[in-house]
Amino acid sequence: MATSRPSWLRLGLPPVAVFLASMAIAQGIVELKLVPAWLLPPPTRVLAALWNQWSVLGPALWFTTRASLAGFALSVLVGVGAAVLMVSSRWVQRAFYPYAVFFQTVPIIAIAPLLVIWFGWGMQTIIIAAFIVSIFPVLANALTGLLSTDPALKDLFRLYGASRWATLFKLRLPAALPSIMTGLRIAGGLAVIGAIVAEMVVGQSGLGAALAEARQRQNTDVVFAGVLLAAFLGLGFFALVNLLAHLVLHRWHASEQ
Amino acid sequence: MVPGRAVTLSRIQKTFPGGVQAIAGLDLHVAPGEFVALLGPSGCGKSTLLRLVAGLDQPEGGQVLIDGQPARLQSGQRQGLAFVFQDAHLLPWRDVLANVALPLELMGVAAGPRRKAAGLAVEQVGLSDAMHRYPAQLSGGMRMRVSLARAMVTNPQLLLLDEPFAALDEITRQGLDEQLRGLWLERRMTILFVTHAIAEAAFLAQRALVLTRRPARVVLDHTIDLPLQRSGSLRGTPQFAAQTAQLYEALQRGDRDGTA
Ligand SMILES: Nc1ncnc2c1ncn2[C@@H]1O[C@H](COP(=O)(O)OP(=O)(O)OP(=O)(O)O)[C@@H](O)[C@H]1O
Ligand SMILES: [Mg+2]
Repeated sequence: MATSRPSWLRLGLPPVAVFLASMAIAQGIVELKLVPAWLLPPPTRVLAALWNQWSVLGPALWFTTRASLAGFALSVLVGVGAAVLMVSSRWVQRAFYPYAVFFQTVPIIAIAPLLVIWFGWGMQTIIIAAFIVSIFPVLANALTGLLSTDPALKDLFRLYGASRWATLFKLRLPAALPSIMTGLRIAGGLAVIGAIVAEMVVGQSGLGAALAEARQRQNTDVVFAGVLLAAFLGLGFFALVNLLAHLVLHRWHASEQ
Repeated sequence: MVPGRAVTLSRIQKTFPGGVQAIAGLDLHVAPGEFVALLGPSGCGKSTLLRLVAGLDQPEGGQVLIDGQPARLQSGQRQGLAFVFQDAHLLPWRDVLANVALPLELMGVAAGPRRKAAGLAVEQVGLSDAMHRYPAQLSGGMRMRVSLARAMVTNPQLLLLDEPFAALDEITRQGLDEQLRGLWLERRMTILFVTHAIAEAAFLAQRALVLTRRPARVVLDHTIDLPLQRSGSLRGTPQFAAQTAQLYEALQRGDRDGTA
């Protein structure tokens, strides 16, 4: 892996270049007065807002990070756990899968007020929202992975008298890991979105609440600063899941090589 | 020396859902320590037969007896049984040694003896250098050797192989055939070897059974008339050609009979 450092540069440089270029273009558009600054705040003003409002935005970012991480972790635990239960019995799968699909389509904006009534104004509600929005891809992908175990290997395990547990932990779960990681990649971003949307509705704390307030006061520069932070948070989640996938799969999954 | 097991099939019936009659009334006896090759047209029921012998499937009618006992996965018989599939089917997240140790692990053998036996089995197939490599880092032939080592690690008394080397190139396949023949000469377990390749059957086995089209019947039960010690050069001799000619003729006859 002598080429790893240059390859990092090669991987990192293009997106950073695109970022800087689009910032420069945005700045240019506003400087040339093609678009009024209150409609599209120039990047310099967004950065200034980020700096000035950091006492609000910093803690908000931290709150959202913790809430979406917790919701995401809950999704992974419950999603993979439910998938394991579902593959253990056809009946359980048939009985519960339609309800799992419900999670995929639930309009989180609509039920967030209900969540407040049930779970209060605190972080629990945000965590639950992040969980609801992100559990389906985890469950669906884990289920796909667990159901596509190589039949020959299942026969091999039967031949040597493997117990259900041994088959689950030594064959089915490890074989499902690439699928599970695909689910996690999707769920990471969704958890952030779920948390922010719920924060906007609840309006107490977090990036979502900060965004909602800035929007109300028509502080477009602060809105953009918040959106920028949300984007970086999503990016952070994505990087985290990719790192996890790399650690887990690098030895054998072709797409990781 | 591991004594082989006797396999007796009597009036076996196997019909799949949808009405596909794979086997209809097949009789077969394999003596302990025999090396039997099963030849037959594609789709005639060879894999089905092997799975019935392994106890992975149950016949609708007739009996599969192993050493006189009905073949059941639940009984202790599986201790002495190993199955090799057409592809290697290794666990990609385990290195070669851990893959080969898997059967012992599942049977509850302690880590120490397990590692030792697996190490020996890996050595036996000539993969000592690749002990800690992962399947993705091996060639197809190497993977198949790992699969063979995994089957041999339990010292099976009955070894079932379903077209194990079919996906490999000719030279690699011949090398593996010689290796398998060597293992059999050393241990004398009973072997049932399914193959499409006539030359492979003649080179490997003591006895070849040629099956008809589905539903499978035995069209030829032929004792291979070749010396016990066989090397690669045997393949060029007239005696070898005479054996393959007989198998070829029977295979064609079985294919015709099936259509009639
Ligand atoms: N699970 C199954 N369900 C339905 N039909 C099956 C099933 N397994 C096998 N068959 C059918 O039974 C017949 C025998 O299949 P089998 O796999 O034993 O053939 P084979 O002799 O091993 O063929 P090949 O040489 O191509 O591997 C085929 O016609 C096949 O379509
Ligand atoms: Mg077959």
